Amino acid sequence: MILTKTIPDFATPVHVDQVGIEERASRFTKRSIKNETKINGLMLALNMIDLTTLEGKDTEGKVKQLCYKAQHLHDAYPGLPTVAAICVYPSMVKTAKTALGNSGIKVASVATAFPSGQAPRDIKIRDTKFAVQNGADEVDMVISRGKFLEGEYNFVFDEIAAIKEACGEARLKVILETGELVTYDKVRKASDIAMYAGADFIKTSTGKISPAATMPVTLVMLEAIRDFYYKTGKKIAMKPAGGISKSKLALHYLVMLNETLGEGWMNNEWFRFGASSLANDILMQLMKQKTGVYQSANYFTID
Amino acid sequence: MAKVAKKNTLKLKFDSARNLAPAPESKRAAKIDPQYDLFINGKFEKPVSKKYFATINPATEEKLSMIAEANTADVNKAVKSARTAYDKTWKKMPPAERAKYIYRIARMIQERAREFAIIETLDGGKPIRESRDFDVPTAANHFFYYAGWADKLEYAFPNRKTEPLGVAGQIIPWNFPLLMAAWKIAPALACGNTVVLKPAENTSLTALKLAEIIQEADLPPGVVNIITGAGATGAAIVNHADINKIAFTGSTEVGKIIQRAIAGTNKKATLELGGKAANIIFDDAPLDQAVEGVINGIFFNQGHVCCAGSRLYVQESVFAAVVRKLKDRLETLIVGDPMDKNTDIGAINSKAQLDIINKYIKIGQQEGAEMYQSSCAIPKKGFYCRPTIFTNVAQSNRIAQEEIFGPVLAIQSFRTDDEVIEKANNSPYGLSAGVWTDKGSKIFNLTTKLRAGVIWANTFNKFDPTSPFGGYKESGYGREGGLHGLSAYINLIK
Repeated sequence: MILTKTIPDFATPVHVDQVGIEERASRFTKRSIKNETKINGLMLALNMIDLTTLEGKDTEGKVKQLCYKAQHLHDAYPGLPTVAAICVYPSMVKTAKTALGNSGIKVASVATAFPSGQAPRDIKIRDTKFAVQNGADEVDMVISRGKFLEGEYNFVFDEIAAIKEACGEARLKVILETGELVTYDKVRKASDIAMYAGADFIKTSTGKISPAATMPVTLVMLEAIRDFYYKTGKKIAMKPAGGISKSKLALHYLVMLNETLGEGWMNNEWFRFGASSLANDILMQLMKQKTGVYQSANYFTID
Repeated sequence: MAKVAKKNTLKLKFDSARNLAPAPESKRAAKIDPQYDLFINGKFEKPVSKKYFATINPATEEKLSMIAEANTADVNKAVKSARTAYDKTWKKMPPAERAKYIYRIARMIQERAREFAIIETLDGGKPIRESRDFDVPTAANHFFYYAGWADKLEYAFPNRKTEPLGVAGQIIPWNFPLLMAAWKIAPALACGNTVVLKPAENTSLTALKLAEIIQEADLPPGVVNIITGAGATGAAIVNHADINKIAFTGSTEVGKIIQRAIAGTNKKATLELGGKAANIIFDDAPLDQAVEGVINGIFFNQGHVCCAGSRLYVQESVFAAVVRKLKDRLETLIVGDPMDKNTDIGAINSKAQLDIINKYIKIGQQEGAEMYQSSCAIPKKGFYCRPTIFTNVAQSNRIAQEEIFGPVLAIQSFRTDDEVIEKANNSPYGLSAGVWTDKGSKIFNLTTKLRAGVIWANTFNKFDPTSPFGGYKESGYGREGGLHGLSAYINLIK
């Protein structure tokens, strides 16, 4: 049952036309990014990565190695930026925090019974507090998609607000899991709810559901951020996650970001890529730009 | 007029989105001869007139080539060769054989697509992205589509017999040179007619390249003749006694002259003329996609589109939001070198056209409308115009009534459905219209009441060979494309 009276007035339906949004998203892929624009774009993309490991089999050893990689992406290329953050489960936050030291790289932790979110609210809050107490700078929560699809928008709103409160100083990323919401209208509605409930970031996916991030879905969310900014004056950050593993696609995302929200969002405070294998592809492209030849994948470390 | 709600000074910045490293397409991939002759009877022939005129690149004002100027004697030769080819070869040929030639032309356009795209952009100033992704592929599609009809006319007109008209004189404009040639030639040939085609004098090159393909395709000599020249050449075609059909795309002014000239003759005609399309955004529309549609509607091909959505009507409750979105989107448009793959808006086709556009921009300001232009820089050399929108416009402003044929949009607010239908129809033109709403019933209500040949719903400027195109009122008559496009080139007998 849809409790219309519980929908805050921000939930006024906003229509997204599927054909139109997909057409617009594909237009960005027609931009031809060359030379210095390409190098700058690749550097920026590298700097926007949330280097991620979210496996049941993660261990402290694995996380330490990933943290080392984050600080030494490719020492053969001096002057490279670092990634923005390391993204891990709450149990690994302390390890990551220690391993990263004062490198400036943030620790992001998933929380709220990631990835399904199928747990009571008090457990989600404890999960969040645990991550923050262990030193997480950022919390990636999941929304209750079941409740959202039932039309319980107020429940979803309140839950996000409660987690935001539990985050304290940590920045909150709200994962909509767009692959489970399916339609663009729903993605838009979930984005609006998340932003008004206190999200600092809105994020597409957990990476556990296919499809994960797509350009049209990200565009719907960027447009929601733009409208929210114009209404409230508050900037919200964006994080597409999952499925972005190639430099070229990352550049297309940056073109889309730049043409939708403009220069103000073109840094890792306001945009992130949730990805694990993107970094090495970018490194490979940067080395190609520098040396004129492609190097084999064996020259780029995997951690 | 809609009053803009509470002044909101928030502003997004898009400078870096416009300043990408150059990504130019290579000129060398296309060959342009220093001089082109007339294509008559399967051969390139020197003009009887002995005259040539220069064609320039509007983006740089550099000369590209010299083009022959056909006089009456040249037109006579072309029509004679078309008549002979019609009588001796083309009308007698089995339709399936005719189809083979048309398919061959279509495939050859595809094979040489890159070359066509480059020349179209060099000669006309349109962005390479558009000639590459729209003009050339759509032109090839038209040939493919009508090739398929050649041997199926009995199914297009069930229980009727058809015969071709004879020799078709075709005069095409400068905004989509190759595509318009395809729109005209493909159905004419499929129906068994022969053709004398004249491209616009500013943009003859791709038509002449098409002539090269027609020659290589071994089309029987005289079936397609392509002659070049300006208005006088066109008049000689229109007035030629041995032409059975005139197909013209261009200005309403010239359309009227043609109509007067052929009055009292047996010549058939289709005229596709000017337009001042209304693009209508309701408050329940998907606004961001509607804004994108408005941008495509008016800035596609620098606004040199007869069906361009040059009048925008926005429901008052979303007026401020739409205008703000439009302004933001305007800032991200890349204006400049048409050969750069990132260019969204290229060069205005000619100095004369740029003067007309600038004249209207001035008129708009004098009429009291509020102008907003993108803050982008434009090249010093060549003919360029910043994308321009006017708010605070009324129906009685000239910029809302007259066809500008450039990147200039006149925006008005409206309140009710009936009001907007009345205003949209309040124009001497009726070529196209656009409706943006999430509500299906509203779409159908409007499409039955808007007096326009093509009405797009939640999209704009979409073209397909299977879909007919043409106007109401002073936008002309006759339809091109689709089944309807065949009727323009046949007589129904029995």
